Amino acid sequence: MKANNFIKPWMIAGCLALFISACATTQEEIIEDGPPLDEQSQIGGAGITDDGSGGADASGLDGSEDGGVTAIVDDTPMNAIEMLEQTEGALANRTIYFEFDSAKLTGESIAILETHGNFIAGNGEVSVRLEGHADERGSREYNIALGDRRAQSVRRVLLFQGASTDQIDTVSYGEEKPAAPGHTEEAWARNRRVELIYTVN
Amino acid sequence: MHIKRLATCLIGVLLLGVMQGGKAALTIEITQGVDGALPIAVVPFDTSRLGSKLPVDIAAIVSSDLNLSGVLKAMDRAALPANPHYSNQVQYPRWRSAGQDYLVVGRVLEESPGVYNIEFQLLDVLKQKQLLGRSMPAKKRNLRSRAHQISDFIYEQITGTRGAFNTRIAYIRAQNDAARKYVLQVADTDGFNAQNVLESDEPIMSPSWSPDGKSLAYVSFESKRPEIFIQHLATARRSKVSGFRGLNGAPSWSPDGKFLALVLSKDGNPDIYTLNTATKRLKRITSHRSIDTEPVWSTDGNSIIFTSDRSGSPQLYEVGVDGGRPKRLTFEGRYNSAANISPDGKYIAMVHGARGQYKIAQIERETGNLTVLTDNALDESPSFSPNGKMVLYASGDTGSLFAVSIDGRARHKLSDQAGDIREPVWGPFDSK
Repeated sequence: MKANNFIKPWMIAGCLALFISACATTQEEIIEDGPPLDEQSQIGGAGITDDGSGGADASGLDGSEDGGVTAIVDDTPMNAIEMLEQTEGALANRTIYFEFDSAKLTGESIAILETHGNFIAGNGEVSVRLEGHADERGSREYNIALGDRRAQSVRRVLLFQGASTDQIDTVSYGEEKPAAPGHTEEAWARNRRVELIYTVN
Repeated sequence: MHIKRLATCLIGVLLLGVMQGGKAALTIEITQGVDGALPIAVVPFDTSRLGSKLPVDIAAIVSSDLNLSGVLKAMDRAALPANPHYSNQVQYPRWRSAGQDYLVVGRVLEESPGVYNIEFQLLDVLKQKQLLGRSMPAKKRNLRSRAHQISDFIYEQITGTRGAFNTRIAYIRAQNDAARKYVLQVADTDGFNAQNVLESDEPIMSPSWSPDGKSLAYVSFESKRPEIFIQHLATARRSKVSGFRGLNGAPSWSPDGKFLALVLSKDGNPDIYTLNTATKRLKRITSHRSIDTEPVWSTDGNSIIFTSDRSGSPQLYEVGVDGGRPKRLTFEGRYNSAANISPDGKYIAMVHGARGQYKIAQIERETGNLTVLTDNALDESPSFSPNGKMVLYASGDTGSLFAVSIDGRARHKLSDQAGDIREPVWGPFDSK
C-alpha cells in the first residue's frame, strides 16, 4: 500500500549509477551478488557491479544507497581488484551450487574454491562474505541452518588454502532470498547456493 | 569501509505500534466446507433505534466466524424465513421447517452517542428454548471484537469448546516487486485490522507470541545478519535479545513467558539454547554436530521439541530443559520439521515431507499415529489455534495462508494482494 508512495528503486538505482560513475573515489567497494537472471561472469565490468539483488532489497526511501553502493575505478588500481574484475576463470565464478538438503561440495566446486582460497590468502586486503542459501522446500529455520552449513563448507576450503579467519564472514539467508523465482526443479537448483561477495579494503 | 557502514545505517526499518483500526487487508475465503455442519441462523441484529448507522454488521461477522469453524453452517441471509429480534417474536416451526437447529437473535441499543449495548440470545429450535442470553457493552472501536466474542459464546455453548474467534494472528508479508520488502503484521483471525509491526528491506522471520499476547519475538536481518528482537506490540518498544556471531534464530517463548528457546551457532554449529529474558542468562540445551533447530516448548515447560538431522535427515526430537539425551519422536517420512504443540499437549503438528511433497501432518503423542492434514506440495509453518481445533499454515504454492480443522475437513484461505504471506502464528486467547 505504502509502496505506491515510494520512488521506484530502479529509478534511483539508475540515477545513482550515473552519479557514482561520474565520481572518482578512493573507496573501493566490490559487491558481487549474483543477479537473479545473469551469471556473474557475463556481467560487463565484472567483479564491480551494481548489486542486482541487493538493489531489489532496497526501499525507495533509503536502502537504494545500500543496494547501489558501487565505487568504480580509480586512478590507483590494485592488483586484487584487477583480479576480481576478470570476467573469466575461477575467480569470476562466485556462486557455488549444492544438491537438495546437502552441503557437499563437488570436485569442480572445490577446484574453484581453491583458487579463491589462494587469492584471499595472497591478498590480505581482501575479505569475503559467504552468503548461504537454500531452496524453498521444507521449513524456513531448518533452511537457515542448511544455508549456514553450506557457507561453512565453503569457508573450510578457503581456510585450508590459507585464507585467514578474519578475512571470511558467513551469513545464511535460508530460503528468504531466492535467486530464481518459481516452484520448479530448475529454480530450486539455482537457489541452493553460496555466493562469495568480495570487499577490498 | 565508510560507504558500507553508512549504507548499513540507512537500511529502512520501521517500528510500528499496533492499535485497533478498521481496515481489511487480508481476503478470507472458505475453500472446503463440511457436510453435516450444524445449521444455525443468525438474524441481522436490530439497529433501528440507533441515532446513526452501525459501522459493522454484527450478525454477518458472527455468521462468517461460525462458518470458518467448520462445525456450524450459518444460513444464507436471503433465505431467512423471518426477521425476529427477541426470543418472544420467534415462531419456532418456521425455523424448524427451514432446517435450522439453532437461531441467534439480537439488537443493539445506544446508551449515549458511540456507546452501545449489544444483546443477543441463542435459541435451540428443536427444544424451543433459550440456551444463552447475554448483554454486553460496546464502543464504536471494539464492535468487531464484540461480534467475535458473541461467536465465541455461541461456539462454546454448542460445542463445549472455547471459541478462538477473538484472537489475532501474526505473519510475514514479502512483497515480490522490485522493492523487495518484508513486513511483520498482526491481524484478526478473519483477516481484518491488519497492522504493520515492523517493515524492513531485509528478511524478517520466525515470529513467536509471548504467552500474554502482548509481545512478539522475531528474527530480523536488518543489520545484514540475523538478530532476535522482542517487541511490545502496543508501544512498538523493542529490545535486541540475541546478536551473537553466526545464527540467531527460531525464538520460541516458554509457557511461563520467562524464557526464550532459540538457535545459536556461536559455539560451532546450530544448537538449542534457552535465554532467561530477565537475567539474560543463556543455557545450552543440545550439543551435537548436526543441525538442531526450531525449538518449541512442551505445554508443561519441562521439555523442548526440536528439529535435528542427526539421523541423516530432519526429524523431531524431544529433550528435557536441563539437557540430556534427546529422544526421537518421528519415524514416518524422510522429512519432519517445524513442530508446533497443540494447547492440550496431545498432538504435534509439523512439516511432513514424503515423496517430494511437503504437507502439514500431526502426530498423536500417545500413539505416535501420523495424520496428514493438507494437500499442497509446499506447506509449512503449522500453528495451532489456542483452542486446538484448527491449524494455521502457509502454502508456498500460492503464497497464502490456510487454516484447516484438526479433522482435516474444513479449510479456509487468507490471502493478501500486496504480496506473499507466510510464517503464520496464531496468538494466545489474550492476544487482543
